[in-house]
Amino acid sequence: MAQESISVSPATARAREAGRLRAQSPFARTMRRLLHNRSAQVGLVIISMLALIAIFADLIAPYAYDQQIRQAGLRRRSPPCIHLLGCDRDKPQLLMGLDGNFRDLFSRVVYGSRLSLQIGFLTTGAAILIGTLLGAVAGYAGGWADNLIMRAMDVLLAFPSLLLAIAIVSVLGPGLINTLLAVAIVSIPIYARVVRSSVLSVKEMDYIAASRALGASSLHILFARILPNSLTPVIVVGTLGIATAILDAAGLSFLGLGAQPPTPEWGLMLGEERNSVFNAPHLVFFPGIAIMITVLGFNLLGDGLRDALDPRRRV
Amino acid sequence: MARFLVRRLLLLLPVMLGILLVTFVLVRLIPGDPCKSMLGERATEEKCNAFRERFGLNDPIPVQFARYVGNVLQGDFGVSIKNGRPVTDVLAERLPMTMELTLFAMLFASVLGIALGVVSAVRHNTAVDVGAMIFANIGVSMPVFWLGLMLAYVFALALKGTPLQLPPSGRLTAGADLPSLLKVWGMEDAQGLQRFVILLISNSVLLSSLIQGKFDIFADALRHLILPAVAVGTISLAIIARMTRGAMLDALTQDYVRVARAKGLAERMVILKHALRNALVPIVTIIGLQIGGLLSGAVLTETVFSLPGVGTQIVDAIIARDYPVVQAFTVLIAVIFVVVNLIVDVSYAYLNPRIRVS
Repeated sequence: MAQESISVSPATARAREAGRLRAQSPFARTMRRLLHNRSAQVGLVIISMLALIAIFADLIAPYAYDQQIRQAGLRRRSPPCIHLLGCDRDKPQLLMGLDGNFRDLFSRVVYGSRLSLQIGFLTTGAAILIGTLLGAVAGYAGGWADNLIMRAMDVLLAFPSLLLAIAIVSVLGPGLINTLLAVAIVSIPIYARVVRSSVLSVKEMDYIAASRALGASSLHILFARILPNSLTPVIVVGTLGIATAILDAAGLSFLGLGAQPPTPEWGLMLGEERNSVFNAPHLVFFPGIAIMITVLGFNLLGDGLRDALDPRRRV
Repeated sequence: MARFLVRRLLLLLPVMLGILLVTFVLVRLIPGDPCKSMLGERATEEKCNAFRERFGLNDPIPVQFARYVGNVLQGDFGVSIKNGRPVTDVLAERLPMTMELTLFAMLFASVLGIALGVVSAVRHNTAVDVGAMIFANIGVSMPVFWLGLMLAYVFALALKGTPLQLPPSGRLTAGADLPSLLKVWGMEDAQGLQRFVILLISNSVLLSSLIQGKFDIFADALRHLILPAVAVGTISLAIIARMTRGAMLDALTQDYVRVARAKGLAERMVILKHALRNALVPIVTIIGLQIGGLLSGAVLTETVFSLPGVGTQIVDAIIARDYPVVQAFTVLIAVIFVVVNLIVDVSYAYLNPRIRVS
């Protein structure tokens, strides 16, 4: 080994390095850029930790999310009691205190991570699926189909997203599932637009013309040739969209229109205890911090992905 | 420019029609019989038939939609189911609060956001820059309602007794009285548009107190507006700061900046008169685009600070299933949103002639 590295001239080493880079797939190159991006690193760490907390919630949370802890000396909305910080060892350890129903807030926040991640991925996934389909058809077909779909999307975009979601929930009735539907519906137009413009540019490429010349069907060209090459911007917008979806769903729950008690949803936990902010601030502080960290994670990852995937930034 | 404006205005028509269609359909999709929800579960079939006939619910859907559009165009949004008041009165009562809140939030976000972005760009890659951008990242990730609660805790409780103490809820201190302008001007029997406009001005506590020369109430109203405006504006502040930083970094590398420096211009002048002026185009756009977020934020923040605005009204109306009110407020906000976006587009085209051509 040592001998080989001595015998190689600098020019050869450069050539080998270039060859190695060329041999790397675009995916591997993007991943490398992503992992070197500071925003993405922090975002990935946050999201991985959240995912672990969500997966192992049963092991991490000391109590069930709806379990009431009634003991002598424990008041409703008791402040946090941490033994390491000098809290009386006779009392049960409560990292974030008790809520208004004698439930351990820490356990509820831990279980809430499951819900928030599910909300983020489910709504964004559904919106991407429908939005991509609509955008792809609009971009590929053009003409009246394009006009019809995109004008409908314009109308949806004419409403501030949270307000449209509120209006939709008012029709469907309050509840977590309806909130998910509402948040998904209002984010469809964003993806439809992104995919449409991406499809419009990809469908002019030479390899599409080649595919058509070889006699491929329209469906095959759209779904096997154009769409896979148009999805890059969707990944970026979708990651940032997860952040927005989590915030919007929390907002709806905060207003009492989303998840219903005793679901451990962070926005609902904030809404239930918002009048206790002056006498039990911990009940408002911790769920809010949890939302913020989660949203921050997806925002940072989204920023990092944009930098890694955008060819113009690869200088 | 005129042709561009006309084309954009024409494009607005289908969107407006779409907004009306969506709100119309949403209300028609509500499960349950409108008669039963308005007259009560035990309403007889006879009464229900009379009710449907009166509100035209037996007509074909397209006829109903045409009538709805006609009514809205005449400014008639119907009557609140909950208390029988004309919905336009409710609008005039609640809208000013939300407009005041949104405008102040926008002012706060733009001024501080641009300042932060400029400083960040000028001190590129220093601790100031990194700190500002960390703040911006956290700022866009905070739930508005949570920030509102935290601000209320800090400024109403933790800082109690200091000059920084601020009221955590309500529009005015209890006991403060501001008579309606309808009464002050002796126009209580005003009708239609005139009444609507006077009510709008009258319900804007800031405007009304100024008009009536009650400066202590004006100051009180302003103090009540600070915390909600900061809560609503913080996300936009962070977005504007990031945008400004990017645009300024771009502008500072341009040749005209080098020329300005080479001819010995003071750095302040270079930054403010040369770089910032040219960076303003994208910044103005992003400020305009914040309006949707600000309106949504206002809805949530009003709940936190118990402010009598559109947001609290919509939530109340949804809980009471008061559909005419929900419908009217949704239409109104969508229209405001669309018009503001149009203004942004037009101003953008005005500032950047290349857009007009394409």
